[in-house]
Amino acid sequence: MCDTCGCNITPGNEHLVRAGGPHAHTEDGRAAVTVLASLLGENDHQAAHNREHLDRHGVLAINLMSSPGAGKTSLLEATIEALGGEFGIAVIEGDLETENDAERIRAKGVPAIQIATGSACHLDAHMVHDALHQLTLDGVDLLFIENVGNLVCPASFDLGHHHNVTLLSVPEGDDKPAKYPVMFRAADLVLCTKGDLLGVLPEFAPARAEEHLRRLASDAPFTTVSTRDPASLAPWFGWLREELAAQRARTAAGHTRRPMVQAEGTRSGGVVHRPDHDHDHAGGGHHRHQAGGHHHHD
Amino acid sequence: MHELSICLALIEQVQQVAREHGATRVDRILLRIGPLSGVEPSLIESAYPMVAVGTLAADAELVIETTPVRVRCNDCGQETDARPNRLLCGACGGYHTKVLSGTEMLLANLELTLPGD
Ligand SMILES: Nc1nc2c(ncn2[C@@H]2O[C@H](COP(=O)(O)OP(=O)(O)O)[C@@H](O)[C@H]2O)c(=O)[nH]1
Ligand SMILES: [Mg+2]
Ligand SMILES: [Zn+2]
Ligand SMILES: [Zn+2]
Ligand SMILES: [Zn+2]
Ligand SMILES: [Zn+2]
Repeated sequence: MCDTCGCNITPGNEHLVRAGGPHAHTEDGRAAVTVLASLLGENDHQAAHNREHLDRHGVLAINLMSSPGAGKTSLLEATIEALGGEFGIAVIEGDLETENDAERIRAKGVPAIQIATGSACHLDAHMVHDALHQLTLDGVDLLFIENVGNLVCPASFDLGHHHNVTLLSVPEGDDKPAKYPVMFRAADLVLCTKGDLLGVLPEFAPARAEEHLRRLASDAPFTTVSTRDPASLAPWFGWLREELAAQRARTAAGHTRRPMVQAEGTRSGGVVHRPDHDHDHAGGGHHRHQAGGHHHHD
Repeated sequence: MHELSICLALIEQVQQVAREHGATRVDRILLRIGPLSGVEPSLIESAYPMVAVGTLAADAELVIETTPVRVRCNDCGQETDARPNRLLCGACGGYHTKVLSGTEMLLANLELTLPGD
C-alpha cells in the first residue's frame, strides 16, 4: 500500500540550499550555521504521511491520553458498545499498563493492533505507521489510538491523528491541568472520567478542574462522564459524530486538521490546506529519510 | 523519558547538517527550548553525552536557551508575560490568548569546524 516517498529527492528546504554556500564565522574561525529546525521534525514528517493516509481513507483518528488507569480502555469498550453498529471502529493500543487492552477491545468485535512499546513512555508517529500497516482501513470511520498512560511525554508527539482527547479521572484530583499544562493545553476535548465517584470524592470540583483548563487559554469542551452511567456518555458520542462529519467535509475539500501539539514555532494545530503532495515542511524543518524506511500510502 | 528519543533525533539532525557542510567536528550546539515544549532541558543535558559518543559532535558544547512564555490577547491585543499554567492575558485577564513564545523545541544553531577553515 505504500510508495517510496518522493520528498527525499526534492527536500525543498532552505537549509540544504544554503549548505555549501558562504558561511558566517565565529571569532575563532568556526562556521556558524543557523538551522532552526524542530527537534521532532522527523516525527512530524512521518505524522503528516500517516494523516494523509488516514484522510485518503476518510478515517477520523483520535489520540486518547491520560494517567494510567484513568479509564481509556473502559471508555473505548463503552464507545464500541454504543457506536459499533453506527460506525466502523478500529483501535491501536499503545498502553503498556494493562497487557490485555487489545484483547479487551477485540472481545467487543473490533480490530485492535497492539503496539509493543517496550519501556517507551509515549507513542510516536513511526510506531503508529507500523501499526497502520497491520490494519485494514476500508470501512473504518473512527480510529482510536490509546496512548501510553502518562501525562507528560505523549503530549509532544504528533502521531498523524486529528484530535487529542485527554482524560482526567475524578480520583486524580481537580488540579491536574495546572500540574500538567503541556498535556492539558494539547487537548481538543477533556473528559472528566469516573464521574460516578464525585459523590464519594467531594473534594473534586469539576468546575475547578475546568477553571484550571481555562487558565491554559484552552477553549476545549470539558465534560464529566462515567462508564457506569451510559447516559453521561451522550456528549462524548455527540462530539464524535460532529467531528466525523467535520472530517468528511474537510477531506472532501482537500483539507486536513492537525491536533494541537507543542512547539508552535514550527508546528501548530488546526485546519490546514493540503495541496497535492504536502509534506508540511513549514518552519524550515530539516529532515531526511532513512533509506527504504519511508514511503507514501495509497 | 522522551528526552532520550529527542536526543537521538537531535544527534541525527546535527550529524546530517555537519555532513552537508563537510564539517570535521561540531563545536557547539544551540537549542532553544520553551517551558511549554514538554521537554526538560536538564534531562536533555544528561542524555546528550550518551547519544553523542563516537560522533562528530562527541565533544560539542551543548547550550540550551530557555525561551520566555509570552502571550498575545485576542480580546485586547496586548502582549504580556505568562506562566506555563497560567496563560491568561496579563492586561485584561481573558483566556482568548495565543502563545507567542514558550513552546519552542528547536535546534537553533551549530558551530562547525570545516576542513578549509
Ligand atoms: N468507578 C469507575 N471506575 C471506572 C470507570 N471507568 C473505568 N473504571 C475503572 O478504572 C480502572 C482502570 O480502567 P482502564 O479502562 O483500564 O484505564 P486505562 O488504563 O486508562 O485504560 C478499571 O478498574 C476500571 O474498571 C468509571 O467510569 N467509574
Ligand atoms: Mg488501557
Ligand atoms: Zn507505510
Ligand atoms: Zn515524505
Ligand atoms: Zn518520558
Ligand atoms: Zn487582554
